[in-house]
Amino acid sequence: MLRLEKRPTPSRFWLYATPPVAVILTMLAGGILFAAMGKNPFEVIRTIFWDPLFGPFAFYLRGQLLVKAGPLILIAIGLALGFRAGIWNIGAEGQYIMGAIFGASVGLAVFPTESRWIFPVMTLAGAFGGWVWAMIPAILKTKFNTNEILVSLMLVYVAQTILAKAATGFLKNPEGMGFPGSRNFSGYPAAQNAYLYEPLGLHWGGVAALVTAVLAYVLLTRHQAGFQIRLAGQAPRAARFHGVNPVRLVVLCMGISGALAGLAGLFEVAGPAGQITIDFNTGYGFTAIIVAFLGRLNPLGIVLAGFLMALTYVGGEMAATSLGLPTAAIQVFQGMLLFFLLAVDVLTNYRFRLAVGAH
Amino acid sequence: MDFGGINPVILIATLMASAVPILLAALGETVVERAGVLNLGVEGMMVIGALGGFIVAVHSGSPLLGFLGGAVAGALLSLIFAALTQVFLANQVATGLALTLFGLGVSSLGGQGYNGIKPPATGQLLPDALAKLPVVGPIVFGHDWVVYFSIFMTAALWWVLKATRIGLIIRAVGESHEAAHALGYKVNRIRLMCIAFGGAMAGIGGAYLSLIRVPQWVDGITAGAGWIALAIVVFASWKPWRVLLGAWLFGGITVLQLNLQVAGSGIPVEYLSMAPYLITILVLVIMSAGRRGKANGAPASLGQNFHASR
Repeated sequence: MLRLEKRPTPSRFWLYATPPVAVILTMLAGGILFAAMGKNPFEVIRTIFWDPLFGPFAFYLRGQLLVKAGPLILIAIGLALGFRAGIWNIGAEGQYIMGAIFGASVGLAVFPTESRWIFPVMTLAGAFGGWVWAMIPAILKTKFNTNEILVSLMLVYVAQTILAKAATGFLKNPEGMGFPGSRNFSGYPAAQNAYLYEPLGLHWGGVAALVTAVLAYVLLTRHQAGFQIRLAGQAPRAARFHGVNPVRLVVLCMGISGALAGLAGLFEVAGPAGQITIDFNTGYGFTAIIVAFLGRLNPLGIVLAGFLMALTYVGGEMAATSLGLPTAAIQVFQGMLLFFLLAVDVLTNYRFRLAVGAH
Repeated sequence: MDFGGINPVILIATLMASAVPILLAALGETVVERAGVLNLGVEGMMVIGALGGFIVAVHSGSPLLGFLGGAVAGALLSLIFAALTQVFLANQVATGLALTLFGLGVSSLGGQGYNGIKPPATGQLLPDALAKLPVVGPIVFGHDWVVYFSIFMTAALWWVLKATRIGLIIRAVGESHEAAHALGYKVNRIRLMCIAFGGAMAGIGGAYLSLIRVPQWVDGITAGAGWIALAIVVFASWKPWRVLLGAWLFGGITVLQLNLQVAGSGIPVEYLSMAPYLITILVLVIMSAGRRGKANGAPASLGQNFHASR
């Protein structure tokens, strides 16, 4: 019989080995899933993980990687700060939507004025929109002790309703001949989040993601606030004695993650998506939760995890067009990745021992 | 006797039916949380139950087998959660979220090709003569069997948790797993069974959506019902009868806003359809306010994993 035994200290080896092992296990289980769906598993895995990087269309798809990874990284870093402190912001999807709506509203309100200040102000408005949406669960938690998981999640559904109203009502393109959806930002240079370097897929969202990763890393390892975040998560009692103010911590963590999710939404709507539509949000806010855990809640790990998850998106789209793989299969694949990660993670804190005889 | 185009008798009868999915899921989650486990995967288990129940019912032609299939599908999915949290000691919040994401993915993958099919119908349980009675007919006698089942389960769980040995063990495991372990109870095994029960209940709740409420297969059919069920458990302070009250309250709000949409009340449709979510938040605030700390009735070991290593 195998028996679990708690390690005296967490294993550093398994802390870093867990994500790769989980990825390999997911490829195996995913291969079985794809085979069960009547696809050649090797071909599917190659299409998802190899072709976007080195295949015949890699020159285009490599750029798409950063386009998808940018928002995931940006959102996941914010979430990871909260998760580290034991603050569970699950509603990043709603904050992402609200950021996009706030930012786009500013841009569309001044259409067709040309000024170099329009895009920066939109960016601020986007961050503000996400921040406001995250402040609702934060303030309810600090004032009334309400569960932030449930409130932030309920607000996702509210945000989706507002998005539907925006796309068909108050942000609808007046020259859109009755079709739902706002004006397209690609026809409005002052408000557009254009590519800075197209072959890499680099736009301001990608820049923000990478800069944020570095800043968050410095915050967590070198700054007092980062220390308090880590302390509150690992030893809540010690944190209280240390003088960590729980109210400030909740407001700080929720605020940062909301603002970052809002930024991601604005960069997406003014860039790759181009316009507010009923379903312009593609679930980045939820996938970012997987990215945060896959990156071990570490900003630099999240950058790697974001690119890996972007690979499954880009490769998954490839597999959908060339092999007819349903896009839902990729969602299942991503869910499995999180399961395996959580399962293998037991080895960080525990080890398996062969139980000899009765004890 | 109508108020603004809304008949109160019909309103009460419909709210009892529309509350069934969240009621069943919330009852299951109540047992799970009383055993000290926080399973945030209710939404995922419901949607899998909705699909599993739908597929079984369509292929077998029997709605009863469909509900059984929904229960099995929900329980099977919950076993993934049970294995991860009880055997591999994974974080319950993260695992529950993963369960929801995974369940939504699997259901939308498995549901392809089932769009636009009508499931076999479930009729009302009691004879028409009773159901046609004025006022009490629609409210008391006019329902399908699942509505009665949901009320029966409320009473049964209240009794089991309050008055039986099994209930005592479940509560002991949830209040202090260390003490329960010292008494010789297999904490993780008991929790595993509670999780599977919760999964089955969520699965039946989901199947009610796809077989009776909607009734057809739609991608993402649950639309947050699982999360509302989680909120109701908090609202109910982990007590079965209050779960019933909470579920009927939310069922009432949902039905009322749908009726108002149809009646053309002048309130924009979008604001009406966000009402259930906003009211959930409002109720959570009212229930949580003024009950800081341990006194809110939450099981003391809620969300903590148990490992007999010390």
